[in-house]
Amino acid sequence: MSNLGTAGAKRSATHLLKANAWFVFAFLYVPIVVLVVFSFNDSERVNVWQGLSARWYGEALGNTQVISALRVSLIVAISSTIVSTVLGTAVALALDRYRFKGRRALDGTVYLPIVIPDITMAVMLLVFFAEAFKLIDTFGPRLTLGVTTVALSHIAFNISFVAVVVRARLDQFDRTLEEAARDLYATPWRTFRRVTLPLIAPGIAAGALLALTLSLDDVVISAFTAGPGATTLPVYVFSTIRQGVTPELNAISTLMLAASITLVVASLALQRPRSTTP
Amino acid sequence: MSSLRRAKPAAAQSTDAGPDTPPSLTPAELAAQRRKRRTGTLIATPGALYLLIFFVVPLGLITVYSFATRTSTGRTSLSGWNLNSYERIADDVILGIIARSAWLAFLTTVLCLLVAYPFAYYLATRPARLRARLLVLVMIPFWTNGLVRIFAIRFLLGSNGPASALSEAMGFGTFRILFTPTAVVLGMVYGFLTFMVLPLYVALERMDWRLVEAARDLYASGAKAFWRVTVPLTRSGIVAGCVLVFVPSFGSYVVPEILGGAKTLLIGSYVARQFQAARNWPLGAALSVLVIVAMLVAVAINQRNSANAERTQGVTR
Repeated sequence: MSNLGTAGAKRSATHLLKANAWFVFAFLYVPIVVLVVFSFNDSERVNVWQGLSARWYGEALGNTQVISALRVSLIVAISSTIVSTVLGTAVALALDRYRFKGRRALDGTVYLPIVIPDITMAVMLLVFFAEAFKLIDTFGPRLTLGVTTVALSHIAFNISFVAVVVRARLDQFDRTLEEAARDLYATPWRTFRRVTLPLIAPGIAAGALLALTLSLDDVVISAFTAGPGATTLPVYVFSTIRQGVTPELNAISTLMLAASITLVVASLALQRPRSTTP
Repeated sequence: MSSLRRAKPAAAQSTDAGPDTPPSLTPAELAAQRRKRRTGTLIATPGALYLLIFFVVPLGLITVYSFATRTSTGRTSLSGWNLNSYERIADDVILGIIARSAWLAFLTTVLCLLVAYPFAYYLATRPARLRARLLVLVMIPFWTNGLVRIFAIRFLLGSNGPASALSEAMGFGTFRILFTPTAVVLGMVYGFLTFMVLPLYVALERMDWRLVEAARDLYASGAKAFWRVTVPLTRSGIVAGCVLVFVPSFGSYVVPEILGGAKTLLIGSYVARQFQAARNWPLGAALSVLVIVAMLVAVAINQRNSANAERTQGVTR
């Protein structure tokens, strides 16, 4: 009898867990799906459904402000991804493999840009650029905030994300392969090129894709380190939202969502742990 | 941020595995070791230098600014350090903003924990293949554009948005939660829920379930086994999740700007204003330092906690 009772309790607990899981997935996905659906709404007013159309996508892509913001976003994202992937990978390798002066300090610092709230990082960089410009001005050239300062700021947080992802990959690495290469008289450089690099390449690619995603998504740091003419797409969206929701904004958001999800899925696929022995 | 936890064991491991100089080394070995050290320095330097210039120096500068003076024209004078900005934090208005930010962040953290724990429990107890698939479904929104996701909530909750239309059609009348603290908490839960799910999932997944079975064999009820065995064993995940949700909620800027109204001014927006229209950089800097200190304390708690967890897990295995 009591056995039956606990079995019943267990079953109802499982049902509750399952219901909660469904609720969480719905919570995570329903708002996104609704946004995507309504971006295809023909109506001028966001709340009235008037039939399927891609009209607002046309409007969005015809908006010169949107296109120029997209251009800035891409320039910043691509340049910051390239630099931060190289630097972040090097940091991950050094921390994982080597002992050197300042290793502990670097190990402690490298995670901070990830945890620090965006707004703090943003104002820190704003103050930094203000002071740096003052210093440089005394030597002659007058500098102002612009696309370059945004890219420099994005590199600062992306190095950390790349380092973390690559390091996770290095963690699953089979060191005996490197030892084998060295036993076969491969030089350190050759071992790196032929053994280490190919094995951690998926980790590096995943880190790079993540850097690209984060750079394309960032609003706060871009908003504070950009000068006039360096508006990125998220900053444009952010400042437009405050004036209200428009169907055009729905279309732009859906496009950003599509780009973001594509990059994330690719990055996740690359990060999937696989056996390191080919 | 999820990767933060993953990388930690790696850090611990590599420190332990470092070449502790044994007493007798041949000159050749010593030379090799020196060479290796040099290579390490060489590889680490560019990235370390970048972080030094674009992260550590700004961190120092904001601290310096927090002791500076705001001139009557809204500029910042660095001569003559003082504590004026910190004294201003004691102002009722600012204390109110800090208290509100902490309260809403606390509510967000509790709500996330209540929803995420059973969710992570469900995930961790699924068969391996299904688990991997469900986890991908969790990760996708996590890394997806945060601004767009908050925008989606704004669109959904708008006074004439789909949620309101639905409730009207069902006869509940329109509802207005946009621009209220409720909307801000909802948005933060939406934005940061995964920060809670992932560490909880990691903790539950690597938990030794035999201990729960042992408790049941000793006639503990299901509830008792849960509270006395499962919860204590997953404490590291609970603490990590709470830290990872509380910190960004406390310093949140985008969410309250989009979903909040005049009554939900939070510290993140207040800091931003000091650097924009209000032009009081020293005050903004002092508040930023406050946020950074709160963050460092939270990170330290988390680190000590996960070190403890690793030790106790070593004992139980």
